[in-house]
Parts: sequence; structure tokens; C-alpha cells
Amino acid sequence: MKLGFSPQDELFRQECADWLNGQMAGEFRDIKGVTKLTGSPERRKEWEQQLAAHRWSCIGWPSQWGGREATLAQQVIFAEEYARAGVPGRVNHIGVELAGPTILTFGTEEQKQRFLPGIAAGKTIFCQGFSEPNAGSDLASVRTKAKLEGDEWVVNGQKIWTSLAHISDWIFVITRTEEGSKGPKGLTFLMMPIDQPGIEIRGIRQINGDAEFNETFFTDARCSADSLIGAVGDGWRIAMGLLAFERGVSTLGQQMGFRNELDEIIAAAKANGAANDPLIRQRLAKAEVGLRLMRYGALRMLSQTDHSRIDGAALTYKIQWASWRRNLGELAMDVLGQGGEISDHAEYEWDTLPNLFLFSRSDTIYGGTNQIQRNLIAERGLGLPREPRGTA
Amino acid sequence: MEFAFSDEQTMIAETAGAFFAENATSERTRKAMANDGIDRALWHGFCQELGLSGIGLPESGGGAGLGMVELAVIAEAAGAQVAALPMLGSLAQAAQAIAAGGSEGQQAEWLPRLISGEAIAGYFHDAALQADGDRLTGGSRFVTHGTSADLFVVTNMRQVWVVRADAPGVSVTPQTSMDQTRPLAHVRLDNVPGERLPDPAAALAAAHRAGFITAAAEALGGAQACLDRTVAYSKERIQFGRPIGSFQAYKHRLADMMVEIEQARSAVYWAACAIDEEADEAAMAVHAAKSFATDTYFRCAGDMIQLHGGIGFTWEHDAHLFFKRARSLQTMLGSGDWHRERIAAMILGEAA
Repeated sequence: MKLGFSPQDELFRQECADWLNGQMAGEFRDIKGVTKLTGSPERRKEWEQQLAAHRWSCIGWPSQWGGREATLAQQVIFAEEYARAGVPGRVNHIGVELAGPTILTFGTEEQKQRFLPGIAAGKTIFCQGFSEPNAGSDLASVRTKAKLEGDEWVVNGQKIWTSLAHISDWIFVITRTEEGSKGPKGLTFLMMPIDQPGIEIRGIRQINGDAEFNETFFTDARCSADSLIGAVGDGWRIAMGLLAFERGVSTLGQQMGFRNELDEIIAAAKANGAANDPLIRQRLAKAEVGLRLMRYGALRMLSQTDHSRIDGAALTYKIQWASWRRNLGELAMDVLGQGGEISDHAEYEWDTLPNLFLFSRSDTIYGGTNQIQRNLIAERGLGLPREPRGTA
Repeated sequence: MEFAFSDEQTMIAETAGAFFAENATSERTRKAMANDGIDRALWHGFCQELGLSGIGLPESGGGAGLGMVELAVIAEAAGAQVAALPMLGSLAQAAQAIAAGGSEGQQAEWLPRLISGEAIAGYFHDAALQADGDRLTGGSRFVTHGTSADLFVVTNMRQVWVVRADAPGVSVTPQTSMDQTRPLAHVRLDNVPGERLPDPAAALAAAHRAGFITAAAEALGGAQACLDRTVAYSKERIQFGRPIGSFQAYKHRLADMMVEIEQARSAVYWAACAIDEEADEAAMAVHAAKSFATDTYFRCAGDMIQLHGGIGFTWEHDAHLFFKRARSLQTMLGSGDWHRERIAAMILGEAA
């Protein structure tokens, strides 16, 4: 048992850090530290292309498609250094982490040629059309319909919580293609261009005032017949494969971003004297410990060689970090005191810590709520009986 | 990336796990509870047949070498069965102190006997200890397995002495202790000769880190056992025509236990590994492990009682053994608040 990364991995870390810090001190210094997910969209699209130009846009992909065949550990290292350097989140996260791996795993050779170069180049931005107003945690109850008419799929229905749809080029959607089917059967996974008359996007304003999420309406929206991934009726299997990517490495490096948030709270507590309050000291110590344990949990997952057994650290990771970060937001506000409840901006906009407080309420909801996570842990990790399914 | 057990560590875990599961049974532990809290046959088997008592102690003193990770593996296995053994006081604290800070003569005299289990040591700290040269007056009301001890390792946090239990002026009184698997004794020293250890700083550092790791790992094993036993019960027990483990309120509580336990596991092995690698973060990690793992154990043991319902409140059921052990582990060697304040001082500086 050893704690650290290998010497080669540490060399790779240095290479990542050097390049990212160079960019954030140079050509892209104007976007350093932008935390709002909708901030500076045009510059961030340019940043995607800059990543691509230096082969940093999709390092885990095969080299044939513009990747570096990076190991899991290296992907985590890159994510850590990315956050540490203060680089804003990827606007094409969905394309690189979800759409790309899905196409690589389930797509045809023709589809790979059609989509992967654009994603790798940072020019094709993807968003995700899974949830619907009546299909949230219960994803299998989607109702958006797709019908093959001639050489086109025609889609009608509505998706919701489509992050960054308003700046995306493509959307992948789970649709119901078998009339009268229920649950996971009769679903098909389609890739659709967004810029067309049949697709309308409306922003959803969130509790922090930002509008990262959208409602996406499909009214006789169209895509070509060969835009489905897998076979007709195969959508559930593809979607579950994709969610496995989502629960995979993409979140393991994020504790470095959390580190920045906790450091900002510590600095604020030292500056305003809250650091002398014994109760605040206890909570900051707990937050520090929680952050370290997140990192060592991630290292345990990366060290796992036997993937046949369900690893406890992997199964509990989502609820662990989401709950930790929500608590961190509350701690930030307690450190700031009432000053945290007023903003220097004339608009309804918030600096990092009050924004963390508001935004982190979503962490325990998206990507599987804490309640759904507990079901998964109990059923998959502890072998308890599955929740009964209703008939409504 | 190798933050996982090596083959050898896996083998030690399997051997120790099987040994304690087979031998540290509820029946035998309860017999020990009615006496001095030590299952002598278990202790003999652990020290001599299994030969695991020397783990974490240097080979020069008759130990088995290896490190804190292996010590944690053993303590985790013992904790899972609430084994009635003097492992914490005699090996993790006293023997570690003598091995790190004792003279060659002191090591040769005591380590082989402690590792073989032939002698048992108690360990205590008395901030108000009066030392007239090496004649000691003071004591402690909280000496684990003190009535069974042949010697005591005693400290005032500046110096460390070995005191023979049969020396004139030593009196030991058993205490009615909440955790009967590790009962406490009141030890009084009245002008008793002590043998000073030549390197007290090394002795204290070794006793602290091995003590924290042992307590934390024992707590991890105990917490996991609470979860495992409660999961098993929830699948057998039928109410309202269904296993109670199918109710969401019940499932979610078990899931929360698992979330905490997995973090405790990361904490324990992070700390043990950091010590073995002499990493800078070891200083923080031991405080994190001790506080997090023992808090997790207490929460899981409390949940175990609640989730068993009435049977969990009975003397007959083992839940109270876990619950009481968990409580004592939280308190001893510094409360969770104390350990977290140490961490706060590292990240914030001392409070003004």
C-alpha cells in the first residue's frame, strides 16, 4: 500500500501544470478564475479549441481520435491540475466525457468519423437530453417520441435540465420509439443538431440567478436516420453505459477545485476573526478532513485492480462529495456572517462563496439525488431488496 | 497507483480475520467480561500461534517488523469481534514506547515478554505526576486492563518510566467499567521507583501514533461489523409481511452507515500509510483517523441498536458490546473535538 502517484505520473502532472499555468498567465488570463458556468461563453469556446490545438482536449481518448490514451490516473491528474490552475470548467464537458466515450463504445465507424473529430477539436459542443418534466430520477419513464419518416427521425416532446444547451451544437436524446412501450423498453438514443426550426431552447433561471440549465422543446425536430447510437430499442443500454462514464473518473479530480473553495473560506475566517471561534474551528477541521478523505477515496478507486466486485468507495463517492460541498456552502455563509447575504454587484450576481452556498443545493440533486444514491448503495452495495415499482 | 493492500497485507487480513472470527466468539468474550476482560486463550493464540503480536515492532527487539498498515489490519480484525485482548495498552502503547525510547537493556528485558504475551503492560499519562528523581507519586483512574498488568509505562508527557506492578507503593483497584471488554483500573503510585526511558520524545511519539492507529482501525472494524450484522438481520426479520431491510427508511440509514465507513477506511489507511512513508501529512492524518473512525463507530453502533429494535437493547444481544467499545474509543486518547482542534491549529494557526 502506497499513498502517492508514480514518478512518471508526477512528471505528467508537472507537464500539465506547466502548460495550464502558462495559458492562465498568458493568452487566456482573462478567463482565469471564472466560476460562473455561463460566464464568458465565447472565450471558453476558444479555450476548448486551444486545448485541442495542444492535444489536451480529450486526453483519455485513443490517439487516433486526438487523445493521448491517458491512464485513469493521468486523467485525474489533469483534472486536478486544471482546477488548481484556476481554469474555468469545460463548456464541452458533455461532449468529451459523455458523448465521445459513448460513440467510441457503441458507435459505428462512420459515426466516429462524423462526430469525434469535431468534439476533439473543441468545435462540436454537446449537451445531454435525458431528463423530462416527468422523468427525473425515474429516467425510464421518458415520453419524448421519435418516429422514422423516410430517411429522417422526427422527434416531439420536451427535455429539461439540459445544461448549456443554449451554447451547444448537438444534443443526444433518449426517445421513445416504440408506441405504447413502458419503462426501459422501446427507447432509442439519437444525436440531433440543435440549430433547426423544430428545437426551441428556453433558459431556466436558478436560485443563484444564473441560467445554466434549459428546457428544450422538440416540435417535429429532425435528424438523419443514421443518427441513432446502437439499434432501435437499444436506448436504455446505451444510456446506462453513458451514466457509467458520468459516475466514472470525470469527478475524481474535482477535489482540487473544492480545495480552492475551502482555502477561500479559511482565508475569510482568518481575515474576519471567525477562525478564533471554537465551533467554526471544529467545522473547518471537519471540512478539511472530509476533503482529504475524498481524495484518498478517489485514490482507492484508482488503485482498484479487481473490477469484478463493487467497490464501496466508488459506490459512496457521489453522496460523499455532494453532501460535503453542500455543508461547505453553509459553513462559508457562517464564516462570512450577514455580509455574505449582500452582493457588491448591482445585478443579482454572487461572488464565489455565496454562489457556492446557493449552487451547492444542486449538487445533492443532479446526477442522482442523495435519496437515489442511498437506494443504489443499499441495493448494490449491501444487497438489500429493490424498491417496489409502481404501476401508475 | 497502489493505495490498496499488497498480497502480503491481504494475506495478513485474511489470517487475522479468520482467527478472530473463529476464536473471539461472543461466548468467550462474555466469559472474559465476567473476569478481567482478557480472553487468555485468545491472547495466547494471538501472540504465540498466530505470531501477529510483533507486527509494527522492530525485529531487533523480537518484533515482526512491518509497519502501521499491517498493525491497522490486525486491529481492524480484532475490532470487528470486539476481541477481549490487551493489544492496545500492552503492544500499541507500552511496547511501542519501550521499542522507540527504551535502552537496549530495557528493550531486551521487556519486549520479548510483551510480544510473547507472557507479560502484560498498562500505559498511562498523569500530567500531575510528581517525580522525585525517578521515584514517582501519582496515578490514573483510567488504565486499560490495569488489574492484569505486570508493568506500567507511565508518562507526564516530558519523561517516560517503566514501573513494575509488584513494586512497593503500587496499588491497583479494578473499576466497574462500562466497556467490560477493556476494563479500566485505578492505579496509584506512592513514591514508587521507575526506570526512566532514555529517549522520552521518541517513546511518546511512537506510543501516540500506534495508539491512534490501533484505536482508529479497531473502530473501523467494529463499525463495519455493526453494518454487516445489521444488514444480515434486516434480511431475516419480517414485519408487515416483508423483510424490514426493504423499507426505505431502514435502507437509507444502512446506506449512510456505509458512506461513513468507507470514509473511515480511507482515513485509517491514509494515516497508517503516511506514518510508514514518513509523509508530512501523517501529523494531520492520525488526528483525522482517530476522530473520524471512532465517531463513525459510535454512530454505527447506535444505529445497530436502533435498527434491531428491542432485541438490540438486551444484554443477550451483542449490540451493546459494540456500542460500549465505540463509546470508550471515542473518549480515550483524546476526544474527537481535541483531535479536530489539533487539525484546526494546523490549518488556521492557534486560536487567539
